[in-house]
Amino acid sequence: MSQNISSSEQNATGFRVSQPGLLTLIQDAGRFGHHRIGLTTGGPLDMQAYKWANRLLGNQPGCTALEISIGGLVLSAEVDSWIVLTGAEMPLKINGKEHDRWHAHEIKAGDQIEVGFSASGARAYLAVAGGFQVAHSFSSSATVTREGIGGLSGAKLQQGDFLSCAAMEPVSAMRLPEAFRPDYSDQITLRVITGYQQDAFSDYQKRLFFSSEYKVTDRADRMGYRLEGPEVKPAIDGILSEGICHGAIQVPADGQPIVLLNDRQTIGGYPKIGSMISLDTARMAQLLPGSRVSFEEITIDDAHNLHCLAHAHFERVQPENV
Amino acid sequence: MATENSKALPEGLDIRVAGENALIIYFGEQTSPEVSARVQQAVSVLQNELADELIDMVPSYASLLVIYNLMVTDHLHIRNQIERLLSGLGSAENSDGKVVTLPAWYSSEAGPDLEDLARNAGLTTDEVIQLHSEAEYRVYAIGFAPGFAYLGEVDPRIAAPRLSTPRQKVPRGAIAIADRQTAVYPAVSPGGWNLIGLCPTRMFKPEADPTMPVQVGDRIKFSPVSREEFLEAGGELPEGVA
Repeated sequence: MSQNISSSEQNATGFRVSQPGLLTLIQDAGRFGHHRIGLTTGGPLDMQAYKWANRLLGNQPGCTALEISIGGLVLSAEVDSWIVLTGAEMPLKINGKEHDRWHAHEIKAGDQIEVGFSASGARAYLAVAGGFQVAHSFSSSATVTREGIGGLSGAKLQQGDFLSCAAMEPVSAMRLPEAFRPDYSDQITLRVITGYQQDAFSDYQKRLFFSSEYKVTDRADRMGYRLEGPEVKPAIDGILSEGICHGAIQVPADGQPIVLLNDRQTIGGYPKIGSMISLDTARMAQLLPGSRVSFEEITIDDAHNLHCLAHAHFERVQPENV
Repeated sequence: MATENSKALPEGLDIRVAGENALIIYFGEQTSPEVSARVQQAVSVLQNELADELIDMVPSYASLLVIYNLMVTDHLHIRNQIERLLSGLGSAENSDGKVVTLPAWYSSEAGPDLEDLARNAGLTTDEVIQLHSEAEYRVYAIGFAPGFAYLGEVDPRIAAPRLSTPRQKVPRGAIAIADRQTAVYPAVSPGGWNLIGLCPTRMFKPEADPTMPVQVGDRIKFSPVSREEFLEAGGELPEGVA
């Protein structure tokens, strides 16, 4: 698939990767319906910021964009187009001049786009008018490096990669007013629905978990965030391996919780106390190692309501035209 | 909690909340071919009846994770539908899984843990090979990595615990044992299972249709082959095996 793209590059329009940054991945909304052959979902860790990136250009909601972790991406435009950068506070420069984030900008062939290192937050999303054109693997362009699937070749962006996109005007070109932009503060409470093997955790263990502070360790990546704090011990060591949903919190024998994210294994055998809601996995994925978090128990009904409210809010907020 | 309602279900099924948009159905505490067949039966019924409301499903040994689309349904509705659809099912003893034979080059070269495993079991390597290749296995689950099929169960005499230090690189095609499970590694990956041989059949081909030669519920037989037959069948020698 990637071969086809490179052979047709001569007439192609798009962006050349001058510097790939620490970890920049091609992502769409994720890969669904393939768990039965062991494929995980991939997709944006911060779905909210990703959705805004597409929305500010009037793109279809699942258009292919870039997820930039930590920063350091430099692209050179070989197309006339429009871009938006959302998510973490990574300074955006176009031809050396600082530009606003959460704001559509026109780009001309020859322009250089620099995404610097983050001042706050960990993941930024760069969308382009009409989306990047990337061949699908298993119905998605989402890159999962652990599986070697998606993106251009199953790997993170490399220097010299060519990101194809059409020369086009965006459906709309908008900016999100500052009042509506998220802040990525690093002391947050994350909401958890108890479930799965919650009965294997005594009331005392659950109270400990929901009343303690945990630290994000440096073993925090797209597979999962390993946290460190008071040990929570379930009454069982392991279970018959079973399906793991997004946000599931597994507790291995060392008593330290791991929140499983987009690139998680599809099945596993550690006991799980419950799952974090997706609004909050998105916020957690913006945290850097050393950040502190705590948990709050909510019901599944509350979780449904929060999801629907967030969706309604997203639909209702009207960005300004630029 | 009130939402964790444990209403008695037909056939001893238990449905629990897994996450924001996921329920998990338990079909029993332990696995068995019968339990596994019921999981498969549920996958096919739910796939037929609820496809528009579901995003994905993960069948495993004795459970089925059901992930639903929160924009079109909710946990109460999905739970009711699952209870209704699964309560009407008869027993699922007739598994419709196909039988797949996988060639297996068992040897110390191809399986660096074969001799240790035999010694620890008090058996000869030939006896280990015989016990591994004469059983028929069932595909209980697929996961860990794309195309990784968990097969069970091996004869208790050749069950072996995982290595205390996992290997950084297990070759593609490695036939391995962990406890009473066995598997063929679909790709080069880290792994802590005991390696006893190599299989030339590709367990996961992203570009092929179907991408895997087996699915959950199928039955697997290993058929011993020589090094030459392994190579003729398209097997590739891993690094370090001359």
